[in-house]
Amino acid sequence: MMLQAQKIAKTYGEFRALDGVTLGIDAGEFVSVIGPNGAGKSTLINVLTGLLKPTAGRVYLKGQDITGVGPGRLARLGMARSFQLVTIFPGLTVLEVLQVAVTSRLRRGSCLFASLARDREVMAQATEVAELFLLPEKLSMVARQLPQGDKKLLDVASAFALRPEVILLDEPTSGVSTQEKHTVMAILVAAAKRMGIRSILQVEHDMDIVFGYSDRIIALHQGRILADGTPQALQENADVMRLVVGHQGRPPGFGRSA
Amino acid sequence: MKVYITLGLVLFLILAIPQLGWHYYTILTLSFFAYATVLLGLNLLFGYTGLLSFGHALFLGLGAYTTAWLTSVWGIRSMEVILLTAMVAAVLVAAPIGALCVRYVKIYFGMLTLAFGMLFYSFLLKFYHLTGGDEGMRVLRPLLLGCDLSGMPKISFLIGPYYYYLVTVLVIATGVMWRLVTSPFGLWLKAIRENPVKAEALGVRVRRYRWYAFLISAVYAAVGGALLGPTIGQVDPGLTYWTQSGYLVFMTLLGGCGYFFGPLLGALVFIYLQDALMSMVPYWRLVFGAMLAVLVLFAPEGLLGLLTSRRGRKTVQVAVS
Repeated sequence: MMLQAQKIAKTYGEFRALDGVTLGIDAGEFVSVIGPNGAGKSTLINVLTGLLKPTAGRVYLKGQDITGVGPGRLARLGMARSFQLVTIFPGLTVLEVLQVAVTSRLRRGSCLFASLARDREVMAQATEVAELFLLPEKLSMVARQLPQGDKKLLDVASAFALRPEVILLDEPTSGVSTQEKHTVMAILVAAAKRMGIRSILQVEHDMDIVFGYSDRIIALHQGRILADGTPQALQENADVMRLVVGHQGRPPGFGRSA
Repeated sequence: MKVYITLGLVLFLILAIPQLGWHYYTILTLSFFAYATVLLGLNLLFGYTGLLSFGHALFLGLGAYTTAWLTSVWGIRSMEVILLTAMVAAVLVAAPIGALCVRYVKIYFGMLTLAFGMLFYSFLLKFYHLTGGDEGMRVLRPLLLGCDLSGMPKISFLIGPYYYYLVTVLVIATGVMWRLVTSPFGLWLKAIRENPVKAEALGVRVRRYRWYAFLISAVYAAVGGALLGPTIGQVDPGLTYWTQSGYLVFMTLLGGCGYFFGPLLGALVFIYLQDALMSMVPYWRLVFGAMLAVLVLFAPEGLLGLLTSRRGRKTVQVAVS
């Protein structure tokens, strides 16, 4: 088991955002978390990435207790995340954004007097990631000037550049136009394979994407797990269809496969 | 290429100044060297890491008082020993203060640094037997590279050996700072400035690196202060008063905090302008206040921003990154 969460609870006063959530992700799995707004998806991902400390329960990465250790240490332990809203370094160039991640992975931050420009290893790895994410011509562009879709890609690319074993993607296609969504997903899946990322957990609203790419789907409702199974199984689960999928007014499409 | 030509020209001018015979302006340039060193450090914290310190005069004063203390109390006059001692003192003082301050950002960081600056000011003022109180302390002429130059007239010493000594220190300090900001370390500081949450998610230890930046900038400020000591000959608590910290921030903004050389230009213009204005009008602060307002409103990138924006974005990028 790569990532495991046991009986996670998170309460804000009276409100129970998460109520006894237990889940696990194996190596090689692509898992999606779905649920209507307020179901606790974002809270869950923030707890899993150590940004929030759960009120109760524990999180394990490859058997190691990582409850509340914080995103910085998690990144160094082999788990990275991307954010729902685009979070980049607006004033840095695409190359620099990727270099931050690569130097972090290679533990170069304390090289006070090393020249970054002459570091071939960092450069090679940063450009490799840029190529996987179709950004190579934009390396010298300042991140804030990128089109919205590219910003999103850059955000995800910088998380991939850490070469984590587990990656958590918070709505990787939000803010991306419908036509581009499948392109983004195809890039993601191909990059994950190339870079040796073993498990992906994503939170996603678009049911096309969820049912088209996931090995397994976890449906959250009011802070609890409503269902956990293959896309096929969830498709046949009346509760899920009514409370989660139906809620968003979009029928799942099986038109594409990963 | 253009950058190198400009730098070469500037260095040539700087080396030529003492030969022009304007002793007064040559001595004024000594202050520039000292402040330029301080600002290189301040801008690592402000321009690169995004933390605005309103208490950096503390470290400037620490360096200046180190020179005074060592030369006139302990009789240690070797400038190299003085500089090293100032650096060590800066690290010792900045380590705990920085550890506390970098837990906060923005205005809270600024206010905390201001508070520590005022504490140090009060300490200098009140501990009369240690610091000479409001009269301050004398700075004796230091030995440069072990050479005793006490036989020279004061002016000849300042515009001769001391001038070139300061040029050397500033060139080294600038070179070291350039290496720092173009290293992975420098990139991490910029990442922290741009988006600390994202930086942390990418494995950057945000708080620790802010603390490193604080320490390095304190060391630079102390070195600058130590260089200032022999220039003015007498240090007093006024050096660490909060307005002094304000001037440091003003110089940085004046030159352009987004540029590596911005603060240096700011220091140069500030020092010469202040001197000119003080001899012309009694309310020179009024003029500076108005300038600051105009600057923030119409030229937020400072003088270097104005100079480079006309010549296209390319030079700007060279300067920033």
